[in-house]
Amino acid sequence: MRLGKILLAVIILMSLLSYTHGQTRIRCASTTSTQNSGLFDYLLPIFEKETGIKVDIVAVGTGAALEIGKRGDADVVFVHAKEEELRLLREGYFANRYDVMYNDFVIVGPPDDPAGLKGLSSATEAFQRLAQRGATFISRGDNSGTHKKELKIWKKAGLNPKGRKWYLEVGQSMAKTLRIANEKRAYTLTDRGTWLALKDKERMDLEIVVEGDPVLFNQYGVMAVNPKRHPHVKYKEALKFIRFLISEKGQKAIATFRDSHGNQLFYPNASKGVRIKPIE
Amino acid sequence: MNEILIAFKRAALLIISLDRELLEIILLSLRISLSAIFVATVAGVLTAALLAFRRFPLRGAIVSVLNTFMGLPPVVVGLVLYLILSRSGPLGFLGLLYTPTAMFIAQAVLAYPIVAAMSYSAIRSVRPEIRLAALGLGATGFQASLAVVRDARYGIVSSVMAGLGRVMAEVGAVLIVGGNIAGYTRVMTTTIALEYDKGDFSLALALGIILLLISLCINLVMYLFQRRMTLAD
Repeated sequence: MRLGKILLAVIILMSLLSYTHGQTRIRCASTTSTQNSGLFDYLLPIFEKETGIKVDIVAVGTGAALEIGKRGDADVVFVHAKEEELRLLREGYFANRYDVMYNDFVIVGPPDDPAGLKGLSSATEAFQRLAQRGATFISRGDNSGTHKKELKIWKKAGLNPKGRKWYLEVGQSMAKTLRIANEKRAYTLTDRGTWLALKDKERMDLEIVVEGDPVLFNQYGVMAVNPKRHPHVKYKEALKFIRFLISEKGQKAIATFRDSHGNQLFYPNASKGVRIKPIE
Repeated sequence: MNEILIAFKRAALLIISLDRELLEIILLSLRISLSAIFVATVAGVLTAALLAFRRFPLRGAIVSVLNTFMGLPPVVVGLVLYLILSRSGPLGFLGLLYTPTAMFIAQAVLAYPIVAAMSYSAIRSVRPEIRLAALGLGATGFQASLAVVRDARYGIVSSVMAGLGRVMAEVGAVLIVGGNIAGYTRVMTTTIALEYDKGDFSLALALGIILLLISLCINLVMYLFQRRMTLAD
């Protein structure tokens, strides 16, 4: 039974190894699109070098990220659903919200464009036409920032596509949704970053059919979890991270970030010279 | 098909190059899964023995519940644990959410019913004469029970292997309570899910191949262990 004893010893040793580590860490709830673009891999080492603070990214949909922040399970959130962010800020769940950067959404579809969307400059009009022609549309359906944007456009178009047979809610991440749209020869709304990254890598047979409508603007913002509501959060460190993101250095880093195909995915747009006032 | 070939090549390259980041991910996976299975085994075998040797009310109901929980969906375990460990939940003050410890708890919860239920049926299938013979030879009740558990060890090791297989392959629960944080709570399965999401299919598959190889090694060791036990009889 010697083998057994050795086995047991190894297992017990493995269990006893502690999981702890010394460095100061803060937790940032953010979105899969930001994480998958590689932006954090580029930004965080710069911030870590400057402050010694390690940022742990939990990448989920914007809806989940905000919920995680509301519950106090993160110190800072970095998401893209400005209206909702402002609402939660007013409700006191968060503090110190700032615009950081933007990119935009585009509508993509099959190159032969069965719904005839090409040439339209209005996303609202494009959605109306999709509904009229009953062209298949893949919706994220996961309460993410992209999904919220999509719902806003449907509302603006005066339509409720839920339950229609050409409207498919898949409840998956942007990359998976794009893949489904590609397989089904369907239309979908995507952020430009994920689209650019996937289009080349996976030889997607889709193309951009509508872009440039102001409604498709995609603002990213950062805010700290309110320490009054959740006293355990690392508010001071969170503010340092926020300060870095909107600082000249952070903004420049965002502007110089390129994905593996050399595309610029994010455009910094924080207001200049903001002084961050910690809440009392 | 090409992707699959590339994946094998990349898996081989990754193993040869001993990439440090990958090594840390593998070690964390092993640490979490092995400690989870250790706790689940201790608790599971004790439960199985208790159910097999003691008569008490609701015993049958508990066995049925354990059998049902063998099929617990990992995401459900993850979500329930999330709500319990969240800062706004009952155990929030412990600050365990998004730590390897939380992942360990999730995996132990997933493995426990498997070990308990399968060990229970292994113990139950031991011929009753063994217990009677032990008692006849003057063993105490506890000693006789121990003899029965000993006789069921082949089945018990199988239950541990099944439990380990489940936790090593599991992604839903550890993703929710671990958060897939790079360099901290990122394990093999969550890395595979992430690389798939990022569209690097061949890397995702290469990692899958490595994970399978590790499982194979563990199972080989367990198999040798099991065989030696049989030979010792």
